[in-house]
Amino acid sequence: MGNTVIKVEDLSKQYRLGEFGSGTITHDINRWWHKIRGKNDPYLKIGETNNRAVKGDSEYVWSLRDINFDVKQGDAVGIIGRNGAGKSTLLKLLSRTTAPTLGSIKIRGRVASLLEVGTGFHPELSGRENIFLNGAILGMSKTEIKRKFDEIVDFSGVERYIDTPVKRYSSGMYVRLAFAVAAHLESEIMIVDEVLAVGDYEFQRKCLGKMQDVSGSGRTVLFVSHNIGSIKALCNKGIYLKHGNLIKKGDIHDIADLYMNDADTDTLAVVSDVSYSDKPEKAAYIKRVWLSNNNHTIKGEYDVLEQVYLNFHYKVNSSTMGFSPMVQIEKDGMMLFYSMLSDVDESVLDHQEIGEFTYRVKLPYPLKKGKYSVNVRLSKLRLYDIDAVDKAIVFHTEEVSFDPTNKSFAAFRAGLIANILDWKLVK
Amino acid sequence: MKEQEEDWTLVIKPNSGLFDLQFKEVWRYRDLLQMFVRRDFVAVYKQTILGPIWFFIQPLFTTITFTIVFGRIAGISTNGVPPLLFYMAGIVSWNYFAECLNTTSTTFIQNANIFGKVYFPRMIMPLSIVVSNLLKFGVQLFLLILLLLYYVLTGANVQPNLYLLLVPVLILLMAALGLGFGMLISAMTTKYRDLKFLVTFGVQLAMYASPVIYPLSTLPEKYQLFIAANPMSGIIEAFRFAFLGTGLLNWGYLGYSTLFTIVILAIGVITFNKVEKSFMDTV
Repeated sequence: MGNTVIKVEDLSKQYRLGEFGSGTITHDINRWWHKIRGKNDPYLKIGETNNRAVKGDSEYVWSLRDINFDVKQGDAVGIIGRNGAGKSTLLKLLSRTTAPTLGSIKIRGRVASLLEVGTGFHPELSGRENIFLNGAILGMSKTEIKRKFDEIVDFSGVERYIDTPVKRYSSGMYVRLAFAVAAHLESEIMIVDEVLAVGDYEFQRKCLGKMQDVSGSGRTVLFVSHNIGSIKALCNKGIYLKHGNLIKKGDIHDIADLYMNDADTDTLAVVSDVSYSDKPEKAAYIKRVWLSNNNHTIKGEYDVLEQVYLNFHYKVNSSTMGFSPMVQIEKDGMMLFYSMLSDVDESVLDHQEIGEFTYRVKLPYPLKKGKYSVNVRLSKLRLYDIDAVDKAIVFHTEEVSFDPTNKSFAAFRAGLIANILDWKLVK
Repeated sequence: MKEQEEDWTLVIKPNSGLFDLQFKEVWRYRDLLQMFVRRDFVAVYKQTILGPIWFFIQPLFTTITFTIVFGRIAGISTNGVPPLLFYMAGIVSWNYFAECLNTTSTTFIQNANIFGKVYFPRMIMPLSIVVSNLLKFGVQLFLLILLLLYYVLTGANVQPNLYLLLVPVLILLMAALGLGFGMLISAMTTKYRDLKFLVTFGVQLAMYASPVIYPLSTLPEKYQLFIAANPMSGIIEAFRFAFLGTGLLNWGYLGYSTLFTIVILAIGVITFNKVEKSFMDTV
């Protein structure tokens, strides 16, 4: 049992919405008037929870409300929540870029926060100069940077360009150099935002590895990411935030499961049939997308053992080289797979006839219990989308018709997708 | 557990005391200050052909312009000092003050993207600006000294004197005054931008209310007091007296400037410190 290195008590942060203008000054004066009479700030009583989907009346919102948690030394804590849940606000408070409205945070040890890599990089300065500048901004002393300089350059893999101004770097090189500096911070506590969402795959893995080294060596890591996969790989503890409130803290696997199963009704309401207006100016456009079962019944709730079909109606106004319709299926915000018409019919790539088309796409079977969303797009492959709709369709699957005890593939067996494989006795 | 409660390295709270100025933190980040100074100095003249020569060109041309406009055309007295020297001494010192003020006054707005991502004592930023301007000022001072040497050797009416020992103090006053005003303004403009407009032309106008283009001694008594109310006036006069041996070294004016500087710096630092913690929400 390690020591407590971060202690967050009743932490709250209020933001004022809308514009700052002449209205602000009256509030400021009112606030000051209360203060000199020894009364509390009148605007702290109001404010509502931060739920973007619900239109509020108040000008003040609580981006975080009464957050309490402790972090022990050596823990790697993943902070999970949907957009607007208060994750970034929490990171900002922890890294001291803004002050809390109420409550306190107590920290033991040196903190390094990476809300962004390459903060303060100056485009005109060389890679070498920027390593020193960025390192100093992140709180390293000059001798410390000197000592680690070779290691940093080595890690970044941009040795050849180290004396070239960074404005001549490719974006990949830039990020590599920036992350290399950050990865060599010698702090007891590291606060990391989704900085890993950049750079190439190989480098991302290297960074994750480096961060694991950090948390493996008794240091404490706080990590925010939308990528549940990397959070699970990296963290042992989790905190789930929703609308500025702390819903649950504990073991990362419990938290991740809770997060994925938590019905977020305001962002993922079922959509089973959707039509779009005509767009004659586009080379091609989506007219209608709908979901149906074997009997052509249109609906948004399916039994796990029911076959789901995606129906896709689009119009082509002019022929485009490399054209293909495609669908992407996501479960709980994670991409499951892509499918394209050109996978089965390459001829569309060379010549797409003008006219209206309807395809019926058979989705994989069975689909595990959960919430799915479908993105549809008409693309010029590898170049751009001619027309695209994200989350055009949202549907749920539930176990209704069977006892999941024996058919556990449908629900609680681990893994994102379920599949019934072919088992043949050969000997 | 109880003994642990005491030894937190850092406690983040909504509000800190008015005088919780964290100079220790600033000292810990001194390497960063050095890096910022280096950045400002190196980056500004990258991809220019003349490079640091621009440091000379700017005051030189202003001096020539002033000499022609105010010296020749308007015929304003320079107390018998060669006009080139007279104006350059004024311009170099005024420029230092003005640039410190102008650049520090946009600290929060200009650096919002860095401040929003990383914590370091915000005061490092204005301090680094003052120091990098000091380097620039040093180069210009060198130019002034070259010019002075030329005139001394050719036997013009200039007497550099012992008061040159006072120059470091004068420079410190200019820097502190610019820094104080700049920090105050930068803190006040995070929420309300109105002041920003006042600063840009206010500094320009203030130069005319200082003895940059005329000697204080040639003014009628009643105007003299009015001009001396500008805290830079006493400093510029003393600066010029040290180098050229003419002008008005009035200890009263200088004392007033010093007092004014200390007060404005204190107000500036305290206001800046008050705002720095949560300015990101309003900037």
